Amino acid sequence: MPRFIAQRVAYSLVTLFLLSMTIFVIVRLTGDPALLMAEPGARPEDLARIRAQWGLDRPWPVQYVSFIRNVVRGELGRSFNYRLPVSELYFQRLGNSLQLALAATLISVCIGVPAGIVSAVRVNSWWDNLGKAVALLGLSIPGFWLGLVLILVFAVWLRWLPTSGAGDWRHLILPAVSLGWYFAASLLRLTRSSMLEVLGSEYIKLARLKGLPEAVVIGLHAFKNALIPVFTLTGVNLVIMVNAAVVIEVIFAWPGIGRLLFEGIFQRDFPLVQGVVLMAGFMIVLVNLVVDILYALIDPRIRLTR
Amino acid sequence: MATTAPTARTALPPVVRGLRRGVQRVREVPLLAVMILAALVVVAVFAELLAPHDPTLPVRGARYFAPPFWMAGGSLETPLGTDFQGRDVLSRLIFGARVSLLVGLMGTLVAGSLGTAMGILSGYLGGWVDQVIMRLTDAWLALPSLVFAIFLATMVGPSMWNIIIILGLVYWTRYARVIRGEVLSLREREFVKLAEIAGASKLRVIRRHILPNVLNTTMVLASLTIGVVIIAEASLSFLGVGVPPPQPAWGLMLSEARPTLMAGQWWLTVFPGVCILLVVLATQLFGDWLRVRLDPQLRNL
Repeated sequence: MPRFIAQRVAYSLVTLFLLSMTIFVIVRLTGDPALLMAEPGARPEDLARIRAQWGLDRPWPVQYVSFIRNVVRGELGRSFNYRLPVSELYFQRLGNSLQLALAATLISVCIGVPAGIVSAVRVNSWWDNLGKAVALLGLSIPGFWLGLVLILVFAVWLRWLPTSGAGDWRHLILPAVSLGWYFAASLLRLTRSSMLEVLGSEYIKLARLKGLPEAVVIGLHAFKNALIPVFTLTGVNLVIMVNAAVVIEVIFAWPGIGRLLFEGIFQRDFPLVQGVVLMAGFMIVLVNLVVDILYALIDPRIRLTR
Repeated sequence: MATTAPTARTALPPVVRGLRRGVQRVREVPLLAVMILAALVVVAVFAELLAPHDPTLPVRGARYFAPPFWMAGGSLETPLGTDFQGRDVLSRLIFGARVSLLVGLMGTLVAGSLGTAMGILSGYLGGWVDQVIMRLTDAWLALPSLVFAIFLATMVGPSMWNIIIILGLVYWTRYARVIRGEVLSLREREFVKLAEIAGASKLRVIRRHILPNVLNTTMVLASLTIGVVIIAEASLSFLGVGVPPPQPAWGLMLSEARPTLMAGQWWLTVFPGVCILLVVLATQLFGDWLRVRLDPQLRNL
């Protein structure tokens, strides 16, 4: 087991290295950052001064090493626009994003998991077809458009809920539904297929042969094992929702990380954009590592195959 | 006569049997999906002929924010209303189909070819090539696709062709991983081993034996990702880093409609969204059908 963990950690470090390399190279390949920082039409002397000030006149490998050194120290650079460290801005907004993502996760689990179980237990029934239709619509309706339509119906026409902004629970409903919608559909699909797989396995047949009531077979024996991949996906989704809810946060003026990224784009605030993207990758690599290790703890087959 | 009946069925000429099988297959095709996709292609190709007005210019004599024709104040001149510049919504939707389809197809093509090539190289060559490609795939997959696309789009600036390349660069990793897995098992199969023993070069083995056997998987993945690519393009355009104005893209139309939402000008928000929804729904249905048809093993994907 320690060997397995060491190997996984090493893989994650390599992944993070390539991730940071990618971001570093793209920022420098696609244009001179000094041009982005300077006013349009700046004189060459000014550009040279900016390059020296931000260390952009040094060779790339040197720049990369200092970039990584800063990242390791938790410094993601300074935002041009806010004149604040990017990490400070990021952690200011993290709470809001987490709140929204948790609400969306709750909604997606409450819809996706029960519907998936019912679809699997009553396969090819009317319920199953309904579930399939919901899943298909969930994957086809763009979340941000759903958000716009929800605003139109519940905020503009019915005036039940506020259109945007953060505040009490009523501000949370519409963005959480728009964000959780897609994930509800993917959870439904996964729960259904995972449940079907477990229901077809030998030990379920044995449980049925033993004469256990159907409720015990499904509720106790099948449910437990079928839910392992479902909860993994839920955890990974949560992290994705924290970092990738850009369009939903923009529509609902939700002061989270996605909106921070959007502001970064519009103000050409490239340290901010770079920092947010790096943090997103970092969090996902971390959650993947945790999932891998947890899986190996639960299931010895995984750690023995390598 | 009665005794010959059973044999008569098997004795049908091959042409008829083939025809029957063809009819059977056509029946299984998701009709709704094919109809939507066919309509989209026709509209996108013949946009100039079908659109009643220029999509980028205000309609002469039309009001700003005219509602659809069936509402008070609407006119048949602009059947689905006009936007904040007095441009015809229907014409913009028609030309928007072209943008969506082009970005969806080309983006998928770039992602699919790049991903398939990388997957084959990684799986067939193995060794350090495999390590490098797979670690790169891991790293790129770790970035949420939309965030990665936004990042790239911010760096290179908005244009339709940039978006196509960006979406290709963002989505190739999914193909690479699946294709590599397939190639790993193909590599051990007898026909590949025999070709190698017979002295075929690596390039020849890849071209004649590996590539034809993974193309089905690529097709299935492509049909399932095209909708994702279309939504990604709409999201980027909505955020202002996708297709630049005044081009008529559905995501851009939604973005321009946002300030008017509070005023209840619903047609500017509803119509482009319904278009995206229909197209993505059709590609999903078609992709599901193709998956079952071509590769039953991918059913749980």
